[in-house]
Amino acid sequence: MGDLIQIVVAKYNYWIYITLMMIGLYAMIVKNNLVKKIVGMNIFQTAIILFYVSTGAKRGATIPILEHGHGDHGAGAHMVHAVDYINPLPHVLMLTAIVVSVATLGVALALAIRVYSRYNTLEEDEILAQIREK
Amino acid sequence: MSQQYPALLVIVPLISALVISAAGWINKRLCFPIAVAALGVAAYSSIGLLLRVLDEGAIVYRLGGWDPPMGIAYYVDHLNGLVLAVVSVVAFLNLIASKKSIELELGDKTAPFYALYVLQVTGLLGIVATGDAFNLYVLLEITALSGYAMLAMGKDRAQLSTLNYLYMGTIGACFYLLGVGYLYIVTGSLNMVDIANILPSLYESNAVLGAFIICLVGVWVKMAFFPLHAWLPNAYTHGPSAASSLIAPLVTKVMIYVMIRLILTVFTPEFAFNILAISKPIVWLACIAIFMGAILALAERNLKKMLTYIIVAEVGYMVGGAWLGNRAGMTGAILHIVNDALMTLCAFLVVSNIAYKLKGYAFDDLKGLVRKMPFTMGAFVVAALSIIGVPPTCGFFSKWYLISGAIQAGQYAFMVALLFSSLVNVVLFFRVIEICYYEPFSDGHGHDQHAEPMAEAPLTMLVPLFIVAAGLVLVGIYTGDIVNKIIEFAIPQGIV
Repeated sequence: MGDLIQIVVAKYNYWIYITLMMIGLYAMIVKNNLVKKIVGMNIFQTAIILFYVSTGAKRGATIPILEHGHGDHGAGAHMVHAVDYINPLPHVLMLTAIVVSVATLGVALALAIRVYSRYNTLEEDEILAQIREK
Repeated sequence: MSQQYPALLVIVPLISALVISAAGWINKRLCFPIAVAALGVAAYSSIGLLLRVLDEGAIVYRLGGWDPPMGIAYYVDHLNGLVLAVVSVVAFLNLIASKKSIELELGDKTAPFYALYVLQVTGLLGIVATGDAFNLYVLLEITALSGYAMLAMGKDRAQLSTLNYLYMGTIGACFYLLGVGYLYIVTGSLNMVDIANILPSLYESNAVLGAFIICLVGVWVKMAFFPLHAWLPNAYTHGPSAASSLIAPLVTKVMIYVMIRLILTVFTPEFAFNILAISKPIVWLACIAIFMGAILALAERNLKKMLTYIIVAEVGYMVGGAWLGNRAGMTGAILHIVNDALMTLCAFLVVSNIAYKLKGYAFDDLKGLVRKMPFTMGAFVVAALSIIGVPPTCGFFSKWYLISGAIQAGQYAFMVALLFSSLVNVVLFFRVIEICYYEPFSDGHGHDQHAEPMAEAPLTMLVPLFIVAAGLVLVGIYTGDIVNKIIEFAIPQGIV
């Protein structure tokens, strides 16, 4: 038991992202309402964004801007220690992923509006029943 | 100029997508010529690029002059040179063939449709050309989003089916992104070649295994590999003709390319085939995909939907061929990317011609169609023969390589699945051909006994269709050249 708790606590960021991801996946599979599915999809995407962001973080590190890069000292005056700075690349990648997920959300909501105006409901089973009736 | 081909390939369509949507506000007639010009440039540069690769070998193009692994590089070798040429030529031919049907089906929405069309091709070409794993994800989503928007322009259930496609497509892309995240954690790089250089010392790591499996599952969802195929048939059936005949031949095939690229370049065949013992189960999955695709197609009474289930079966062919782990199987899979793109394009162009002239494409609507549309049906017979795998059409040769690969690998179940699917295809297509050729035409007005006047689709739709149908035979005849001069160099020496 103690071991398990240690594993969970030591890598808590992974556990959080997996839990979030599963919540999103659950909503997408189980929920009957199309908008709830879209919310689930967004949670799913956000979980992965958080995963990336957490991998770039370091304890006791700062933002990756060289403090004494300019001025009298010159760039060569200070050694740059990678340990002192968080890794900016995953964060930059996630800017793109956020844009992608916003675009996906937009398209999904637009489609949901079209579905609603056609069937007057967002419940999937009611829509399928209407389709079967035809 | 020829130095810039890899960039032109993607940037010209990307910018013209913007130009088209702007031009749509001024005059809708401007959109089509701009789209043709953009895809023409893309097709010209991808063929030029393929010829250059054949001369000089693999080309690395540094975007903005930044060296990999820091900058994003486009990496074109024999494998993606071939796929690039196929994608751009198929998209170009389909655009010309679809002009009339786009105008008929979409009315005043033609301008946004052309913009999305070109954007989709941008994404597809980018996925194939890029040498950067994260860049691939972004282009994957560009392709997917423009695809959703195009398919949702269809009638009836199109929006609902597209929404289901969107859920599944997003899960697939997110899984791929997650896999890339793990790869980045262990290697610290996103460049495919760089990752491949760092990985060998990490093959034992569970994170690498996890990354590979997660990426693979993501790509499988995107390519509609059975049992993850549920989104495909409805989305493709209800979309507008022009969108289905672009997306059906290309998107699944490009995803197969991504899978082969992951196996061959990123994770190396050594890791995929030897260190992981997962080829056998995957080939079994592919067998099930082929069986189920064939059986589900048999149950359909609608031509377009039947074709979508055939795509599910064909995806099984290519996944199985790639995972046989030998040279013949891999050759078959790569050759089948080319052949299946052309065959599916031919079949879907026939469907869009039928949809242009008739109300629907259910089997009951097709009775006696040959007297009404003899040329379209002629092309349909060529496509059918190729999908069944009758020589000299190209479908025969890729199936030949796949079957000989299955025998070499001792995977007889895969061979049986291929033969079974060919037999089912015979039934499927001869059923359609029988309805079109031998049943009297019925339009509900009791004109059954009269000779039906010919009402062919316009020439702009027929000529591209004939070019594709002739292409099926020509690619079949020149299979030897394609295999010996291109595919031979696309497969690393390690695979025997």
